Amino acid sequence: MGHSDPTLTQHQNREGTAALEVSGLTHDFGSTRALGDVAVAIHPGDFTVLLGQNGAGKTTLYSLVTRLYNNRTGAIEIFGYDVRRDSSQALTRIGVVFQQPTLDLDLTVEQNLHYHAALHGISRGQAQERLEEELTRSGLINRRHHKIRQLSGGQRRRVEISRALMHRPKMLLLDEPTVGLDIGSRQDILDHVRSLCREDGLAVLWATHLIDEIDEGEQVVILDEGKVLAAGGVEEVCKQAGTATIREAFTTLVGKEPEV
Amino acid sequence: MTPIHYFRCFVGIVWREGLRFVHQQERFLSAMVRPLVWLFIFAAGFRSVLGVSIIPPYETYITYEVYIAPGLMAMIQLFNGMQSSLSMVYDREMGSMRTLLVSPLPRWFLLVCKLLAGVAVSVIQVYAFLVIAWFWDIQPPLVGLLTVLPALILSGLMLGALGMFLSSAIKQLENFAGIMNFVIFPMFFASSALYPLWKMKESSLLLYNICWANPFTHAVELIRFAFYGQINWLSLAYVAVATVVFLGLAIYGYDPGRGLITRKAGA
Repeated sequence: MGHSDPTLTQHQNREGTAALEVSGLTHDFGSTRALGDVAVAIHPGDFTVLLGQNGAGKTTLYSLVTRLYNNRTGAIEIFGYDVRRDSSQALTRIGVVFQQPTLDLDLTVEQNLHYHAALHGISRGQAQERLEEELTRSGLINRRHHKIRQLSGGQRRRVEISRALMHRPKMLLLDEPTVGLDIGSRQDILDHVRSLCREDGLAVLWATHLIDEIDEGEQVVILDEGKVLAAGGVEEVCKQAGTATIREAFTTLVGKEPEV
Repeated sequence: MTPIHYFRCFVGIVWREGLRFVHQQERFLSAMVRPLVWLFIFAAGFRSVLGVSIIPPYETYITYEVYIAPGLMAMIQLFNGMQSSLSMVYDREMGSMRTLLVSPLPRWFLLVCKLLAGVAVSVIQVYAFLVIAWFWDIQPPLVGLLTVLPALILSGLMLGALGMFLSSAIKQLENFAGIMNFVIFPMFFASSALYPLWKMKESSLLLYNICWANPFTHAVELIRFAFYGQINWLSLAYVAVATVVFLGLAIYGYDPGRGLITRKAGA
């Protein structure tokens, strides 16, 4: 990449392979450019917020990283594995929580997790162990025999997060995981994922259009109309934009007020 | 990924489809009622209108009910294949197709598993239908109940693969009425399910040719012969080739690189 890469400075300061390294990524839907020359780097143990308004290209980026489709130019590497060439290696290393709910409503929590484990070729016994562990961690162990239909929105999200962790990925991708949740559940989910990030050293990419989901000291990538406008630590991005707060930085860069 | 991983994945997908099947009793009920209405009412009304002469595999005069039974078995599979394709679109919108597709196993394998799971469900439905039909004097030789199984699996695969391809290719597949009008009805009526093709030939040669080329006709004939312990080689070959073609198209449709899926996933 010859162009100025805003993530380069932080990249150089860190050791080891990036959890996710996207470079020069461009993708079109017909004649509409969804992503233009996007570069993003995420590191193990980092909680990175992908901030952008609706339609900024967040979901497209997730679809390409998770290889729902991959007709694009540019490179996507997960822990050094090219998503297109070594898709199997790449996909075992990521856990995904999609924007739309993806649980079977009529199946129980346990059944949903078993299904996911099977998709990853995990044995039934091991899946049972892990699901008990993950559900304990997310506080839903007592609900494991409940149907998803009986759970609240926040609980369903927690199940999806537990599910995404069943195959022990090293990176967690979440696409607007707090959409439709009340403030309390939103904060719960955020706290839960932040602690996962701290405790397990998971790399987390958290996509949102809500600026108040960013904390001091975290990484942020601002995406607008398919382009990365800024990336780096919160302070760094503020400095680049010449503002005091991330909210002002967003307003300056995007030219619009962010949502809270 | 070793064979054991593939196997666990396959079992998991079939198991989930089974659980969903158990939970969707209405779907099962309507899958049963549909062919039974044809058998009990339509066939009763038509038996006097339509005389069926002796054609293979039949060795004697048969009632109209007996004639259309294989067509109704294939119809169960046709509906099932289209319904599961619809549920794939629905699933994809709901996102659970995505859950499937982020599995590290190859995509073609995931699609084939999904297809086989759907076939398993349709075969169960067909046998449930046969149990009821037995009391309506649809009584093939007992061995026919066994020999029909491979025919059902193959025809189920063909129709499921067709549905899967349609789900990847057609943009507007949201409502089932569209599929009924543009896929199910033409396939079903332009086939040998309800009348032998020679009857069609008397009416119109063009229609006869269309019916003959219809893969569904061959699914019906494959099932019909197998039901009496025989093999219709031509239909077998036709269905096998059609299965490969449809499956190839479906896998192409879901290929992340060429992705017909891209257009739909957009926005």
